Amino acid sequence: MVIETQGLTKRYGKVVAVEGLNLAVEAGEVYGLLGPNGSGKTTTILMLLGLTEPTAGTVRVLGFDPVREPLSLKKQVGYLPDSVGFYGEMTAWENLAYIARLNGLPKAEAEVRMRQVLERMGLAEVADRPVGAFSRGMRQRLGLAEVLLKEPKVVILDEPTLGLDPEAAQEFLGMIRGLKAEGITVLLSSHLLHQVQAICDRVGLFHRGKLVLEGRVEELAQRVLGGAYRIRVGASPLEGLSERLGALPGVARVQLEGTELRLEATQDVRPQVARAVLEAGASLNSLVLEQPSLDEVYARYFQEVRHAA
Amino acid sequence: MQPSLKGRREGSPWVGLWAVFFKEMADHLSSTRMRILEVLILFSAVGAVYAGAQTLRQTVSEDPFLLLRVFTAAQDPLPSFVAFLSFFLPLAAIALGFDAINGEYNRNTLSRVLAQPIYRDALLWGKFLAGLATLALILLALFLLVVGLSLIFLGVPPDGEEVGRALLFLLATLAYAGVWLGIALVCSVLFRSAATSALAAIAVWLFFALFWGIIAQLLAQAMAPYDPFDPESELRQAEALLAFSRVSPNTLYAEAIQALLNPGVRSLGPVLISQLQGALLGSPLPLGQSLLLAWPQLTGLIALTLLLFALAYVLFQRREVRA
Repeated sequence: MVIETQGLTKRYGKVVAVEGLNLAVEAGEVYGLLGPNGSGKTTTILMLLGLTEPTAGTVRVLGFDPVREPLSLKKQVGYLPDSVGFYGEMTAWENLAYIARLNGLPKAEAEVRMRQVLERMGLAEVADRPVGAFSRGMRQRLGLAEVLLKEPKVVILDEPTLGLDPEAAQEFLGMIRGLKAEGITVLLSSHLLHQVQAICDRVGLFHRGKLVLEGRVEELAQRVLGGAYRIRVGASPLEGLSERLGALPGVARVQLEGTELRLEATQDVRPQVARAVLEAGASLNSLVLEQPSLDEVYARYFQEVRHAA
Repeated sequence: MQPSLKGRREGSPWVGLWAVFFKEMADHLSSTRMRILEVLILFSAVGAVYAGAQTLRQTVSEDPFLLLRVFTAAQDPLPSFVAFLSFFLPLAAIALGFDAINGEYNRNTLSRVLAQPIYRDALLWGKFLAGLATLALILLALFLLVVGLSLIFLGVPPDGEEVGRALLFLLATLAYAGVWLGIALVCSVLFRSAATSALAAIAVWLFFALFWGIIAQLLAQAMAPYDPFDPESELRQAEALLAFSRVSPNTLYAEAIQALLNPGVRSLGPVLISQLQGALLGSPLPLGQSLLLAWPQLTGLIALTLLLFALAYVLFQRREVRA
């Protein structure tokens, strides 16, 4: 276990930010802490780094206790905060040099590493420009460059794609995927579930300071959505089709969505659906198997929680 | 982990101190604030030497402490060099310290810096020491300018004791500046907005510069009322007034440099005639005795600086990293 927490709790006065969190992240994993704003993701991250003290519970990151052994821990753990800021009047190079000195890197080695990470993040050409003029995307990449500067074993990213345009976000997610390829363990938080679901091995969904769901994206979909297979059927005319399709074995439910039908099934029933549509005398326009999205898992889960309450 | 280490945090709080120190120092020295301070330094040095030289040229009597007179002599409308310093230094210290910590918050750099393998101690110490070193640099520049210019204008080299007194004066001035740097640092931890922090620090300065004298007087009158039939009550009131006004760092500084720069000063409080029996009035005290006289004020200023830093330290350690 690279990151392990037990009964981790943080209270600010009467407000509970994180409650009874048991988290276990294995080496080389990309783990996503997901949930809406204010659900306790950033507080959890700060506790993992020893930047805020837990009210109760234990944390171990790489075997270190963040409260008592923060220096050894922070030498090997890189952190990119959600609204990353730099000294605007200093250049990218100077900003990195400061961080290198804080990490106690020898000057010669620091320069080699700085050149490498700037190159890797595509910032080599702007290294001598003041960071004040950098765009949000460039700052984010400079932040990742700084994280890589200490050659970390674990990287913790807080809302890495927040405020990036879709293209920059995809590019940045690609860079995170590159970290996994190097064997770096990545913990990232986000409220943009659909953006990160592609790169996370496992995710944990937060709600009001509690980890309510955890697992691989497909598992969660299976568990929460009932049928893990969702099929969109475009056919005309639609009359009478939903009853027919609902009667097919393995289909959990059928919903009308605009001019399409949406099926939830426990298995891939596309051949049966196609046959049923044609047998009903309708023409089949489209038949698509949807990937389950975390947004839906999340929405459905809380729908059920509210219904249960 | 060994059981004996349990409960203790690992490593040294000084890790990263010098990295912070040099970065902050470089920031200070290249900042626009510093340009403004430099201009002020130049003006004040020239003004002080001019005023001193004018006054000295008019005196014909022999004076063994010519250099010290340059510091203290005032020529209307110019204030003396020390009067100028006690006015200018608090502002310079506040200018260097008012956004030390809240600036990191406002630029969103604090969590990034604290995620590096350093303790918060190093950040605060580094910032404080860098501010102090910058102030020392300003002071030294000012001091050397004044001494150099007065050498040119007056043509009298200072002797060893004069230099010793001048250096002690420099130390007292640095301690005084340290107090205001400490106040600015506390404000920068307390207030999230840099403008509020600067205003609060300047308000403290104004309070001590303008109002504390009046308040001390009122307090002394209330605590030790003057009774016309009791001559001792007058002394009690004077002593109470002195005690109250010594709460202000301005008073402490003024008294310390009075003793250090004016060898003729024998006491900083009220003196009774009986205490002057056998004294040669006006004869200068040796350096050691003057230092002894200013010792409580000097230690008071240094202690106040440390106290303020400790307050900033405690406040900062308890602050959440996130806004």
